[in-house]
Amino acid sequence: MDALFQLLNGFGDALAPMNLVFAAIGVLLGTAVGVLPGIGPALTVALLLPVTFKMDPGGSLIMFAGIYYGGMYGGSTTAILLNTPGEAASVVTAIEGNQMARKGRGGPALATAAIGSFVAALIATIGLAFLAPILVKIAVRFGPWDYFGLMLIAFVTVSATFGSSPLRGLTSLGIGLWLGLIGIDQLTGQTRLAFGIPNLFDGIEVTTLAVGLFAIGEALHVASRHLFAPEKPIPIKGSIWMTASDWRRSWKPWLRGAGIGFPIGALPAGGAEIPTFLSYTTERKLSRHPEEFGQGAIEGVAGPEAANNASAAGSLVPLLTLGLPTSATAAVMLAGFQQYNIQPGPLLFVQHASLVWALIASLFIANIMLLVLNLPLVGLWVQLLKIPLPWLYAGILLFATMGTIAANPSVVELLLLSGFGVLGFVMRRYDYPVAPAIVGLILGPMADSQLRRALQMSQGDPMILLQHPGSATMIGIALVALVAPFVFKGLSRFRQDED
Amino acid sequence: MSIFTRGLSAACLAVLTALSPAVAQDLELTITAPAGAGGGWDAAARSLQETMVKTGNAKSVQVVNVPGAGGTVGLAQFVQSAKGAKDQLLVGGITMVGAIITNKSPVDLDDVTPIARLTGDPLVVVVPKDSKIQTLADLMAAIKADVAGTIWAGGSAGGADHILSALITQAAGADPSKVNYVAYSGGGEALAAMLGGQVTAGISGYGEWQGQIESGDLRALAISYPEPIEGIAAQPLKAQGVDVELVNWRGVFAGPDLADADKQALATAVEKTVKSPEWQEVLKARGWSDYYAPADEFKAFVASENERVHATLKSIGLAE
Repeated sequence: MDALFQLLNGFGDALAPMNLVFAAIGVLLGTAVGVLPGIGPALTVALLLPVTFKMDPGGSLIMFAGIYYGGMYGGSTTAILLNTPGEAASVVTAIEGNQMARKGRGGPALATAAIGSFVAALIATIGLAFLAPILVKIAVRFGPWDYFGLMLIAFVTVSATFGSSPLRGLTSLGIGLWLGLIGIDQLTGQTRLAFGIPNLFDGIEVTTLAVGLFAIGEALHVASRHLFAPEKPIPIKGSIWMTASDWRRSWKPWLRGAGIGFPIGALPAGGAEIPTFLSYTTERKLSRHPEEFGQGAIEGVAGPEAANNASAAGSLVPLLTLGLPTSATAAVMLAGFQQYNIQPGPLLFVQHASLVWALIASLFIANIMLLVLNLPLVGLWVQLLKIPLPWLYAGILLFATMGTIAANPSVVELLLLSGFGVLGFVMRRYDYPVAPAIVGLILGPMADSQLRRALQMSQGDPMILLQHPGSATMIGIALVALVAPFVFKGLSRFRQDED
Repeated sequence: MSIFTRGLSAACLAVLTALSPAVAQDLELTITAPAGAGGGWDAAARSLQETMVKTGNAKSVQVVNVPGAGGTVGLAQFVQSAKGAKDQLLVGGITMVGAIITNKSPVDLDDVTPIARLTGDPLVVVVPKDSKIQTLADLMAAIKADVAGTIWAGGSAGGADHILSALITQAAGADPSKVNYVAYSGGGEALAAMLGGQVTAGISGYGEWQGQIESGDLRALAISYPEPIEGIAAQPLKAQGVDVELVNWRGVFAGPDLADADKQALATAVEKTVKSPEWQEVLKARGWSDYYAPADEFKAFVASENERVHATLKSIGLAE
């Protein structure tokens, strides 16, 4: 009941005119960037971080959440009409959605995606509102050893889920961990790896790394492939509305998609891609029209689209309650909290209760705004795809640089930004995921401090990590998650050899 | 925009100085808070800003935040930009003294001109409510029996909390280099460790833990102030036979190479401000204790604090 009361209070805050404006800006921006291929919600939030650092924290976090939800909506539009997923979580949508569009059923495809996203996000946000306080109650009893175990899980799973191979993910994570060592050590007050440069004393700014790797890296990458010619979108033909049979075939996939997306998004290993694939295969197995799959089956759009929105809400659970980002956007949002000196984690619900609940309430509002926006405005979003890529990315470069300089006017910061931009380009070029590097920079120093605090409390005895059941279990899970993919790979190779 | 306003205010200043002799009422001041918004130094800078304007001791005051590295980033920038400037102030305190030493900062408080000591707050020594330790004497005995097994929690490494833990350990007759001090980013984070019973004792500014002390979640053993404070039940360390005192002081400094007349003008403006009833109200609202000392006394105080903090950090092993 307490959660419900807090949530109602949150609605009071979220319905303040200024916060409504921020939510509206967020969902508009989010949908726009979701539509544009290559520019995802993570990049957009990263770009806005330096610009918003002087704003009211509540307002800008509400805007970021709007961008996150909006990005999940917008991604489906390009996937369906262009066969080019705006972000990774919409890859599956493109399979059936684009087939539907080619048959002149683009309207119902977009409608089932939008309504499914709405239904799923609604269910998942209710889940978030009720699950978060329970998780917080468990997390306040965490000791430094438990936090260390939790961060090990985050390190392993983040490196394993993002990118094409665990080794690439771990390499990217290593870069982040190394960058995280720079600056004054929290436990001794001594500087590490700063080489006497005062700007490095407080460590590398997460926003500088995020903007460099995401925005500048992406812009350089697109520029390096300038011959890229965008596909022509398929115009929407026929009725935009879903028929009775479309509704009948959609509502179960929506609910199942939400059921799959929310828990997986909330897991440290989750992310948005896995639940969409799971939902697609589930719908294919359960469908009474399996022959339609691959030819434009509406279930194949309804389920995955519901799943990716539910996972976005799910990923806010560990972000808010434990300070653990499970998706790239969540990682950048964590940096957003930190720039206001707010550390997500169990204490967040105590120290900034009104902020958290306003944020959760604004998710409901953003969700309704998105439904209203998306159904009539699809035509407008498609127009966005006509912006020439050089204009778009030149604008991003300029905006990224100016934002960083405005937040932190120093030559060192500009050099760092350029360096990270080049690094981001090289990582993209050779297929290394950039998100683990950012997670490493954020969580590395925390894991460092927590481990050493644990060792201080045990007077140097490392067994303390295994003596507490919580941390022992989590370290075990992290080990399994690290080793399992390699073992399975080895086993399957072994079996192939037998054949 | 800031270049524009700066240019504009410089122009205004030029006109004003041409029209009238520089008196305190025409003071257009910039106060550097060497910390992010929301911290103690930022609050001190903004309270001073508000009161100086309200009492007419300055015409306008602008606060600039330069966060980083325990205030040493702000200090380094201030030493460069405020050389000989009669309209610039920097807020600082005991944490900065410690940070200068542990960070091996190239500039220190000898490079700036002390103007006035403003406030001084007590630190409090607490234990969790379920702890076996009931009194300060119990804690001193525990330290003497097992110095490394006595785990402290408090604010940043080398800061006032850390220094106090070392001074108490020394007073208990144990080796301060063996102090087992777990540093947190602030009183809030350290509080979780205290409430979870993961540490033996904790140190923080009294104000930060006042709520938990009053609710009974934490047991206050002593405060670090030399005399008892009205409204605080915990008695000073000194009154309980432990010869240690430490005050978390804050003060203001002007730039290097300041002309005597300019220094006097600034000191007078600050003195008039802190002696006003408006400042007393600010102290009350913020829960700060008045610890005013004029420029010369403050200068001698900073020198002695520097020596004491250096010696303590050396005994912990954080300084050479």
